Parts: sequence; C-alpha cells; structure tokens
Amino acid sequence: MGEKYEPTIVALICTYCTYTAADMAGSMRLQYPPNVRVVKLLCTGKVDVLYLLEIFKAGADAVMVSGCEIGDCHFLEGNLRAKERVAHAKTLLEEAGLGGERLEMFHIGASDAPKWAQAVQGMTRRALELGPNPLARRRPRAAAA
Amino acid sequence: MSGQVIDLKKKPVSGAVLVAGAGIAGMQSALDLADAGFFVYLVEKNISIGGIMAQLDKTFPTNDCSTCMISPKLIEVASNPNIKIISRGSITSLEGEPGDFTVRVTKEPRFIDEDRCTGCGECIKVCPVEVPADFNLGLNQRKAIYRHFPQAVPSAFAIDKLGESPCKNACPAGISVQGYVALIAQGRYAEALRLIRQDNPLPAVCGRVCTHPCEAACARGEVDEPIAIRELKRFVADWEVNSGQMDLPTCKPPRPEKIAIIGAGPAGLAAAYYLALEGFAVTIFEALPKAGGMLRVGIPDYRLPPEVLDYEIEYIQKLGVEIRLNTPVGGNLGLEQLKREGYSAVFLAVGAHKGLRLGVPGEALPGVRSGVEFLRQAALGTAECPGEKVCVIGGGNVAVDAARTALRLGSREVTILYRRTREEMPAYEEEIEEALEEGVRIEYLAAPARFVDQGGRLGGVEIIKMELGEPDASGRRRPVPMPGSEEVLAVDGALSAIGQEPDLDFLEPKSDLEVAPRARVIADPLTRQTSLPWVFSGGDAVTGPASAIEAIAAGKAAAESIRRLIEGQDLAAGRQKERPLAVADKEGVTKQPRQRARRRDPEQRKGDFGEVVQAFDEPAAQAEAARCLACGICSECYQCLGACQAQAINHDLEPSELTLKVGAVVMAPGFKPFEARLKGEYGYGRYPNVLTSLEFERVLSASGPFGGHVQRPGDGTEPKRVAWIQCVGSRDASQGRDYCSYVCCMYASKQAIIAQEHLPGLNATIFYMDIRAQGKGFDRYYERARDEHGVRYVRSMPSRLLEDPATGDLIIQYYDQDNKLVEERFDLVVLSVGLTPSPGARELSQAMGVDTDRFGFAQRSDLNPLLTNREGVFACGVFQAPRDIPDTVMQASGAAAQAGEILAPVRGSEVTVKEFPPERDIAGQETKTGVFICHCGINIGGVVNVPRAVDYAGGLPGVTHAQDFLFTCSTDSQEKMAAVIKEQGLNRVVVASCSPRTHEKLFQDALRRASLNPYLFEMANIRDQCSWVHQGDHDAATDKALDLIRMSVARAGLLEPLRQFPMPVEQTALVIGGGIAGLTAALSLGEQGFTTHLVERAEFLGGLARRIPSTLEGFDVQAHLDRLIDQVTHHGHITVHTSSEVKEIKGLVGNFVATIKRPDKTITLKHGAAIVATGAQEYQPTEYLFGADPRVLTQLSLNQALHQNPAWLEGVHEVVMIQCVGSREPEHSYCSRICCSAAVANAIKIKEARPETEVTILFRDIRTFSLKELYYQKARDLGVRFVRFDAANPPQVNAGPDGLEVMVYDQILGQWLGMVADRLVLSAATRPNDDAHVLASRLKLPLDADGFFMEAHLKLRPVDFTSAGFFMAGTAHGPKFLEEVISQAKAAAARAATVLSKAEMLVGGEVAVVDAERCVACLTCVRTCPYGVPQLNAEGVVYIDPAACQGCGNCASACPRKLIQVQHHKDAQIVAKATAL
Repeated sequence: MGEKYEPTIVALICTYCTYTAADMAGSMRLQYPPNVRVVKLLCTGKVDVLYLLEIFKAGADAVMVSGCEIGDCHFLEGNLRAKERVAHAKTLLEEAGLGGERLEMFHIGASDAPKWAQAVQGMTRRALELGPNPLARRRPRAAAA
Repeated sequence: MSGQVIDLKKKPVSGAVLVAGAGIAGMQSALDLADAGFFVYLVEKNISIGGIMAQLDKTFPTNDCSTCMISPKLIEVASNPNIKIISRGSITSLEGEPGDFTVRVTKEPRFIDEDRCTGCGECIKVCPVEVPADFNLGLNQRKAIYRHFPQAVPSAFAIDKLGESPCKNACPAGISVQGYVALIAQGRYAEALRLIRQDNPLPAVCGRVCTHPCEAACARGEVDEPIAIRELKRFVADWEVNSGQMDLPTCKPPRPEKIAIIGAGPAGLAAAYYLALEGFAVTIFEALPKAGGMLRVGIPDYRLPPEVLDYEIEYIQKLGVEIRLNTPVGGNLGLEQLKREGYSAVFLAVGAHKGLRLGVPGEALPGVRSGVEFLRQAALGTAECPGEKVCVIGGGNVAVDAARTALRLGSREVTILYRRTREEMPAYEEEIEEALEEGVRIEYLAAPARFVDQGGRLGGVEIIKMELGEPDASGRRRPVPMPGSEEVLAVDGALSAIGQEPDLDFLEPKSDLEVAPRARVIADPLTRQTSLPWVFSGGDAVTGPASAIEAIAAGKAAAESIRRLIEGQDLAAGRQKERPLAVADKEGVTKQPRQRARRRDPEQRKGDFGEVVQAFDEPAAQAEAARCLACGICSECYQCLGACQAQAINHDLEPSELTLKVGAVVMAPGFKPFEARLKGEYGYGRYPNVLTSLEFERVLSASGPFGGHVQRPGDGTEPKRVAWIQCVGSRDASQGRDYCSYVCCMYASKQAIIAQEHLPGLNATIFYMDIRAQGKGFDRYYERARDEHGVRYVRSMPSRLLEDPATGDLIIQYYDQDNKLVEERFDLVVLSVGLTPSPGARELSQAMGVDTDRFGFAQRSDLNPLLTNREGVFACGVFQAPRDIPDTVMQASGAAAQAGEILAPVRGSEVTVKEFPPERDIAGQETKTGVFICHCGINIGGVVNVPRAVDYAGGLPGVTHAQDFLFTCSTDSQEKMAAVIKEQGLNRVVVASCSPRTHEKLFQDALRRASLNPYLFEMANIRDQCSWVHQGDHDAATDKALDLIRMSVARAGLLEPLRQFPMPVEQTALVIGGGIAGLTAALSLGEQGFTTHLVERAEFLGGLARRIPSTLEGFDVQAHLDRLIDQVTHHGHITVHTSSEVKEIKGLVGNFVATIKRPDKTITLKHGAAIVATGAQEYQPTEYLFGADPRVLTQLSLNQALHQNPAWLEGVHEVVMIQCVGSREPEHSYCSRICCSAAVANAIKIKEARPETEVTILFRDIRTFSLKELYYQKARDLGVRFVRFDAANPPQVNAGPDGLEVMVYDQILGQWLGMVADRLVLSAATRPNDDAHVLASRLKLPLDADGFFMEAHLKLRPVDFTSAGFFMAGTAHGPKFLEEVISQAKAAAARAATVLSKAEMLVGGEVAVVDAERCVACLTCVRTCPYGVPQLNAEGVVYIDPAACQGCGNCASACPRKLIQVQHHKDAQIVAKATAL
C-alpha cells in the first residue's frame, strides 16, 4: 500500500449538452483533474439506479451524472428523471454506508465548458475528502503494470 | 389522337437547389430540401455556418441554450451527403429560368484544406497575429488563423488575408516583412530570422545597408512614421550572431549537377545559397581577393563591418558552397570553358565596378581618381589619404561614402559637389546627415567645369553653378549651367563618383551573350535567363548600379530558374504573381513615434572605421515591431505550415469561380445588427461600458470573451445596475429604420433574466416604448421577467447618456411616468440594436435580380411572403422582414416547399446514396477486437504515450489487433483501417481518438466499407476529454487514456450488429382543415407531386379568411382565396372532402390509417403524414356591451363592413377601438398578435374614406411589429388618436343616448378622459376552436396552456408535433397573420415532404425493444415516454414502434421489471463500460 489515493470518478453524461460541453472544454484547453471517466448516454433519462450501484460496486470513488440544464432536455424531461433517480440513489448509498455525497447530479449546457471543468474539479476534491470507496479492490494502476 | 395532355410547364432540368446564406434559415431550408430528395449547395459568405444564432447565449421564451440547439443542427448539415457547404462563397450572377438556373459563385480561399484539417488548433498557438475576434464582436482577440467557435462547421480553420502587405509587395525579394516583424514583436527571433532567410540569406548585411523600399511603402507611414524595418532585421540578425549559434537550414540531398557562379557579390551569394539548399554543388568564381562584391569593396566598413559580411558568407559556405578567390573568369575560364568542365548552368553576377568618367578637362591629372576605385582600395586596405583638401563629385551613396572614407583616411577638408539640390540627392538621407555631422561640406547646384593643373598635379577644381531647368527623362529637373558663375576651389585630391558600369571585358570576343549598351548583360526580368539558355545573370551586371536587395532577389530568382532548367520544367510558369494590395484599417490608431537607432559621436567616429549606427536593444525592437498595423492580417510568416502536421495549409490558394446548375434558389442572407455608432447620443464606441445587445449576448455566453463572467469591458468589474435601451436603430425614421425589429423587447427581457442568474441581485432596467411580446409564450415570459425577476420596465426613451469619466458609470436622462426629467446612474448600458439586412444582401439581390425595399429587405408583392419578383427565387428569414427564430425556421421550411413545388419531377435526380458491400455475418464468432489509436499529430501523441497505449490495448481481453495512426481520420488511414479489418477478420473496432460527436459516422463508414456492421464500433475520446485537458500531466493523461480504451474495449465486446429495416411509406398526405392554411398546404403537397386528401368539416372551403377582405398591406384576400380554392379543387393530386371529419388516426409515421366520416359514408384512408390546420376563432366578447348594443362590433366585422358597404361611415363621427379584449388577461394571458395591426388597418381605412371621422385607439402596448410598424406611423400621420390604458384601469363603456360613452384613464395625463363614440370596435382575441381538444385527443396530439396545438420545440421545430409524421399550420398553432399562415402551411408541406418523398424509410437501429413475453403491461413506459410511443397492443402487452422511437431510453430505465432494452445501449453494454475500472 502506501500508494497515493487517486480517486476514480465515473461520469454518466448526455450527448447533446454535457458531452458537448466536455468536448468544448477540450477545444478551449481548460485543464481539470484527470480522475474522471466519461460514459456517454443519449439522455440522462437513461440513467438507471442499478447502473449507479453497479459502478460503486465496481469500485468507483464517486459518480457524476450530468444532463441538460433544467428545461433544456432534448427529450423533454429526461434530466428531471435522472435528478430524481440520483436523489433516490443517494439515499440508498447512505443506507449502504457509502455516503450519498459520492454521487452528484449536474446540469451543464452545451456551451458551458467552464462549468464542466469546475464540476469535475469539485467532484474530485470531494472524492479526495471522502477517501477511497471501501468497496474498491484497488487495481494496480495501469502505470505500474 | 385525342386525350393527349400537353404540359405547359417545362420539365425542370436540375434537381439541385442553391441556398444563399447558412444561418438558421439557410440550414433549415437545406436540411428540408436534402431530406426531400434534392441536392443543396449551401453558400455562405463567412467561414462557418450557423449565422447569428450561433452567437446567441440563450433564447427566449424558454431560456434554451442556443449552442445546445444549434450544434446538433450544424452536425446534421455537415454530415448530410446531399448538402455541399461552400464557405467564403459569394454569388455573382444568376441566369436562366426556374428549373434550369446557372449560378456563378466566387469562392474565396480559406487557405486550409477542409478535408485535411483536423481542427486540432496547433496553428493557433504559433500564429503571431492577433486581431479583434469578430465572433465575439471584438471584445477579445483571436489569431489570423482561426475558427469562430469550437463546434463550428466546417470544423476546419481558416486564414484571414486582406492581400499582400505593402512592405512585402515593395520588397524586391518579396520577404514576408509583416511576418518577421510580428514574430519579433513576440520575441520569436529565431523564427523571424528563418523567415527572412527564406528570401534573403544576408539579413545582417541588409539590416544595415538595405535601401528598404518596404519602409517607403509601410502603411504606418500614413499614420505617423513607417516601421523601422531595416533596424528590426538587423536586430534579429545580430541576435543570432550574439547567440553564437548559427541556425543552419537543412539542404536537400546532394545532387550530381554542378553550378558555376561568377561573382561573389550579393547576387552571386544569394544564388549560391538557394542552389545549395536544393542540393546542387555550387562554385563561386571571384576575381577579387575577398568575397562580397560591392558589399565588400563598395560599402565602407563603418557602415558594414567586414566581420558581419564574413559571418554571412561563412553561413553560406557552411552549406557546401565553394568560393574561389582571385579567380577571374576569362581566358581559360570563359563561359564555354565552364560548360566544358561540366557545369550545368552559370550565373553571371559580376556587378558594376567600373567608374564612369566625368568627361571634364583635367580628369587625367594625378590626384583625380574614381570614387569606386578609391572605396575598393580602402576596403582592401591599400588606399592612402586622397589629399588634404578633397572634393567629391556626385550625389549618390558612393560619393558620400568616398567623402566620409577620405575623412577617415586623414583628409582635412572634404567637399561634395552635387549638381542638383538636396531633395534630388540619391544618397540615403541618413548618410547625408551623418556625413554633415562629421564635417563633410556639400555644395549643391555645383559641378566641376575643369580640374586645375598646378604643376602637373591637381591644384583645384573650377566649379560652375547650376540652376534647375525642365525635368529630364528621369523626372528630375535637369541642371543647367549658369555661365559666368565659375570659381575655383583649391583641392589637392578629387574623387569622381557619378556612376559605375559593369566590366564585361572578360567575355570571350566571340561570346554569344547579348549585351546592351553601357555594357549591361541582357537577361529576362522574370527568369534571369540570358541569350545563352544555360547562362543566367542578375544584379548590377544587368541593371547597372542598384541595391543589394535587388541583387539578392535576382540571385534567388536565378537559382529557381536553374533548378527548373535542370529539372526540365517551364522556367516562367506560375512565377508572375499579381496579388491585391492589403490596406490596413488605420481608424483609431494612436500616434506613436518610431524608435531611433543610436549613432556614435561624430567627433569620435570620424577618426576610425568602426560602425556608426548602433543596433536596437530588445525593448526597442519589440516596441518598434508592435507598431505594425498588420496590413495583410495574415503576416505570411508561415509558422502555421510547420505546426500543421496534417499538412492542410496552403498559403498560395487563389479565389475560384464555380458554375452551378440548379433548379431553384432560396435566399436567406439574414441580417446584421444596427450599427450603434450611428446613434451618437448613446456614446457607443466612446464609452467602454456601453455595449450592443449582441455584444452582451457574447458577454453572457460561457464560451464568450469573458468565459460567461458578466463584467464591464471598461474595468472588468461586475455591474450592479444594468440598463437596456430599446429601439436603437428601430422605429427610428431619422436613421431610415422606421420599422420594428421584432425581437429586441424579448431578447432584452431574456438578457435581463440571464444576467440576474449570473449576478444575483443585479438591478435590471429596460427603457422601452411598447413591449412587443406578440409571439407564442412571449407575454408570459415578459410578465415573469417583470413580476418574478423584478426587471424594471420604464416606458421612456432616454434622449442621451453621459459617462462619468471618473467611474466609467453611465448617466441616463429620461422623462419618468410623471413627465419629470430624471437622471439615473448605471454601471453598464446595453443598446438593444435592431436588425438590418446583412451587408451582403444587397449585392446578392442584385446578382439574383431580386427587388428589395427601401431598407434592403426583399420586396413583397404577394400575399405569399416567400415569393420574390424573380420566379424560382424565394426569400426567407430576416431578409424577408424582421422576425424571430421560429418564424424564420417556418419560412425556411416554406421556401424549401416552394422549391420542391417547381422541382418535383426531378426529385432524387441529383442526390447521392453511399453504396457499401454486403455485411459479413459475425454470429458465433469469437470476439476479435481491433483497436486503432490516434496521435492526432501531436494533439494526443504529444501528451499521451501512444506506443504504450498500443501495447496496453493489445493485451486487453478480446483484442487481436492494435495499432496507431498519425491521423486516423485521414483518407489513407481510413483505407488502411478498412484493409486491416478485412485481412484480420476483426469483428469489433475501437478507435481511440477525438469525439464521437464529430467522427463516429466517419469511422463507421470505414467499417461498412470493410463489410462490417457499423454498430460494431466504439470510440474512446482520448483527445477532447483527455490529452487536451490534462496537458500538464503526461503520465496521468496516459493512465486515463488506457482506462478509456479499456472501458471501450469492454463495451465493444458486447456490441451486436444492428440493422435498420426498410418500411414502405404511404406517399399520401392528409390535411385536416380547409381554411387558408389547409388549402395552401394541400396545394403545395399536390404541386410537390404527392397524393393529398383535404378534409374540411364545413360545407365550403375558405375558413376564417372568408371574412377578411384585404390585409393591412392591401393584398386582396378574397381573390387569393378564390384562386387557391380553384387550384385545389381542380388539382389532379388533391381530393377534397367537405362536410367531413377525421374521426381517428391509427398507425405511425409513414403508415397511418385515418377514418374519415363523410356525409355519404365513412372511409378509411392510408397516408404517410398528416397536417393539422384546423384554424381558430374570433372571441365573441362578453364585455363592453358587445352583443347588447348594435353599435359595438369586432375588428373583423368592421373590416367587412367597411369593405362591403361604402356608406357605412356616413354619420359616423367618432369611432373608438379598444385593444386586448380577451387577450393578455389572467384567463387568457397570451397576446393575440394580429389585433393591433387589424385596428391600425381599419383606422387607416376609416381615415382615408372619411378623414373627418375621429378615430381613437385605446391600447396597452401597440404591437405593430416588423414592417407593420410603418402602418402604425401612417395611422398617426392620418390623425388617429392613440390613448394608452393600464390593465388595472380598463376603459369603461356605457350606452348613452348620443352614443357610447367611453371613459379611459390616460396614463400620461393622469386623468380620466371621456368620449362619445358612434361606434365602438373591440379588438377581440383569437381563441382556439372550442373543440380543438376533441381533435387533439382523437389524434393524441398535445395542446399548449392556451389551448392551441403545441409544437415539438418552440424554436427549431415550430411546425412539427412531437409525434413523428404530424405537422401543424395556421392559427390552430396560435394567432397569426395570413402571410404567416401561408408560410407555415408551406413549411408544414415541406416537413411532410421529408417523409413522403421516400418510397421507404429505415426504421429500427438504436431503439427500445420490449420483452413481450414477460411484459405485465404496467404502463410505466407509456407514461414515461416523452413522445407517447409505447402502446398497448392487441396481445395486451406494450409495443414500441421502431419507426417512432427516438432511442432516449427513458422508458427502459423506468421499467420496473427491466424488460425494455435500447438496442446498442443495453444495460449490459453500458454497465460493462462504466464498471471496467
């Protein structure tokens, strides 16, 4: 052990808004912590509580769900559904003792690259504060392989 | 034969359409046309599409993010194979007729190959030129190489070039002067020097002695003084010398040919350098003991120190050039001899070293010498002092140099005799100055008449004075001797320096080389070839005495010719370049004097040969370089060429002319915001904290100049009080803009709300005349801004504003509601600028032969606003008239329908369909994943360790192949990828590169070419979301890239092939409603070739329009309607069902079945699309005695009465109209849009018919938006009275004996006014039909809060229902004018055509599928789906029709039993990816 804790964060984000913003952060060369691993979904309304639990079970230290701004969902209310599910999953995480804070919902519009960078920064900071996911079987980093 | 149908219409020739302008209007037209089977040329003047909508932050009334809405559209346009975007294109002419037009388009180059550019942006980093960012309205800077925004389409970058900068143009050697000046300004000296050496291998020399024609041409000279270009060149050259590191270029591999150069002067040295770079073996033959030619022996050491020259000669020698000194060519080494010795070509550059004789008596006396010879001896160290008292004859540099050299060699008195005045003196001004400082005397208008013989030696010179006469051949005034003015100057030495000529005595007596008089070699000015094809010549030998830079230019040109000669190429081809000269924008440039080089003290320097002029120090050099005005914008420093690994850049591209054959044209050139500077009273351009609304839009935008931070441009502070001033450049006759710009009231309200979101507590004030919230949902939005967000609306137009210079605050003076002059202070003021036709619209209209009105908008001459005076050419968007985005989109679709009506017979004739080989069956195969990892030049490879990633990927489960590409998206990489897939039998593919948003389709096509199903593909975004955002931490970025690749590989293993299945489309349309909307839509569909059924509930066609005699503009509605009904009822493709009703529609897009109850029987009808055009009704008021008193009527009835009965007005002395009856009230909170104009129209009619009748309109806000505003003004001019009332204090009406007693509380006077009206006219609301909800529920279509049909998206899908295949038109959608009804009906027809034009549609793919075996029909999915797609089927389980499913997966995640899976996004696939941690 003794290896420095680098949190792994999985982000489930929607194509039209947040994914576009995340790409734009790249074009703008905004720098943010390298801990986030993005999974693109057509709509955050597709986010299933089961996905969230599976991801934590697999050892993620934090999970972000990020959809369109409220009212901007390309599928009308998908982001609102996601918001509700995230809220629900948070209570499950609390009950399971992992802590609901490891999960957060964001709403980031397509042109708001800085908000994406800030969200990742904030979540990384939070994951560092919370410490490693107790369920994580620390995989040796690819770097050490 | 009988029964032959003669088609009077000529069959169209071309199935292509030209769309001019690629804003949201042009894009929508293009998409509708392409989707309906036409090929589209989308011509855009700018470098990217999207227009002004792409610049907006949010949009009203939903606060939707504009980028979020437009980005997918941009990609849709870019990826549509039947839309060809022509950026930087302008249309120059249109010839022909509808169906067969020829369009000429001039395409200005982007200088970047759109197919090669990967959008990586490396070029931006190296470009030294910054200009105001036009996309951000100049609020920040961008580079000369740029794209407007990261999502821009085309995604390729572009370079702005205004032409050739004057400095480069003036330089004989064509050096990119602006380029190296820009690089010096940035401290990039090595790059600057390299750039100079591309055209001049002697920068240190030229940095001292160049005649610098560039400075004479420098545009900065027109402002104050030219840039000190020569000194800057010297600065960088010396910088290298001082650095001690010679920056040598790489020569091409050696080649066998030998080249001889005669003369080691600047021409010979330059030729040698460029020939050596090409790999030739070069030998220079030099007669003198030292190399350098005139640079060595003509220019004294104090101007050009010998060690500087030595350095640059050594530099050239280091490339392998051999210099043979003391080797005069002649005798055995003649030209022919060189040829025999194996030299492939000769460059003759012997200079002009022979001094001309004066031709004056006594010239042969000892003591009289040639100035050039004297300088040569001085340079070679063999000269002696020419005398105690010396005269020098001549006015050129040689004369001045000889004089100063004589001083340095011990002469005490030196006098220059020059026969003209100082103005004509050809020597450099600074040299003359320096000479005078050192004590040289100059006698002007003086010439030697003879030299005085004093005992066989020179004793003096007899000088004759001159006067200037008529100009001679050189344009200078000829000096004429003044007889009798002779006097003798005692001298013991004389140096004659009146010119030189080449010494060509060495040429063989029988040489074939042609020589001009005065011993000049004749050479072609372009190729420098002489009469002997293998001999080239340049420099002073050809031109006579000239400058070093001209000689260098000649040497470089000759080197190019020699290379071409040896390679057998045309010597001249492509070398004569004529480029337009760039003219810098000098407006607002503040004066700033040029830096001066220091000179050594005259007393000290005249005693030695040390260098006189000192170099700039670094701060001086950078400051001087920063003065450059960047005339050409692009400086042609060519740094981008080196940075672009994709080799996409070509600076030499020239404009091209395209000739396109099209059948129809859609004009959508859009608008530009009003130029706020024209309203000087608001201080825009002078006060930094006064912005235009478009600028503020960029300020609000997260991708704007301040990253979405709302701040004052003046000092960067956050504003607390922001004011908007409305109608800047609108409703303003003094500006020639007396129309209303439609959108400003709403966008100002939106900006106020959004600004408050950015800065909570922000105090927002909007100064306005009328709030024009006439669109769908607008009034509610305005009320929310006012009541919930606390935006303060002040009905007053400030006459001016002033800046407090101490704080930058702005003081606005205005009259408040009590008519009192108030002063108020704001931190920031936003001018709500109006819309004016785009600058290009005028030229475009001219090229198209389309008439425009006095503002520049398309001239309207028909009830149908899409038509122009030119048949086959249609107008839409703001070019037609000011309007908002939904109206623009509607018109754009409508214009597409118009084109489709003409071109129906050739539909599909020009579209391309990609063909792919049959797919390989992978069922039962073991997973064989190929991983392709992209370096993206250095974009990924410079941060992520790609070789390691390849190794790592190769070891992942299921991966059988891993490799990298420099650019995976390049055509050759794509071919290789397809080949590898085939050869290795790969059945899954992962590409780790950029974003799937932009590149997934491209890579999927590679799979399809390799016979693999495109769904077996997965991408890892290791650029945009990895290497670019973790540039500082290569290890972490690499780790993350490995993770992302592993996640993608995990998902790829579970991917399954998917197929979309063709489903036949019933190519028949159903139109519900036989009013003007339904009739127009049906006719358009019929004309587009589709079988159409029109169902009307009433007995007759025509609807509400039957009650409208004419429009505000005077168009005859009834004539139009009659014609329309006639065309519809007689149309071969249209069946009309009157007195009929649609009872039910079943099925899905492409395959509906409608049940229609006709008077005779009930029928069923198959159709592919349906248009709902069921209209609306006029509210029958319950207020103001309507119905109770016959003198009270509605506007509609008044219009009819005025039309039908001219005597109606007799005895009517006073008419009062009340606006907003039934509109804008709590129960019906929307604005009915048309009533203000209807009232104005009727008021005008009354006033024109009977001017003495008093007409008073009681209103809340007059909403005569867009061009209807002109009629409001007209009504006022005719004397119609307008009295404003407040909703809280509505008018009161009582029936009196003499008339209707109307009381109104006048806001301005602050008191109740009474009037007695003969007639009271109510502007009654437009209401949805009473039974709209019945139809809505039968068709399962949504209504909005006001009971009108609700569109799929307020902004971009204004005629679509969320249910695919259903479209809407007319007042069923909301209140609108007849021309808007027509536009929307056409739009609905166009949208329907995108369905009906296809014989079959592909369904399935990424859609939700229900496990029917286990479904318990809990109906959760039915409730969840935003589109109402899941339905209970006959078996009692839910069925999701693949034709209607959008694939969002909301149902799947809601299904409690997890029985719904979205294909390609199955739970297992997503979880595999998300948990491969």
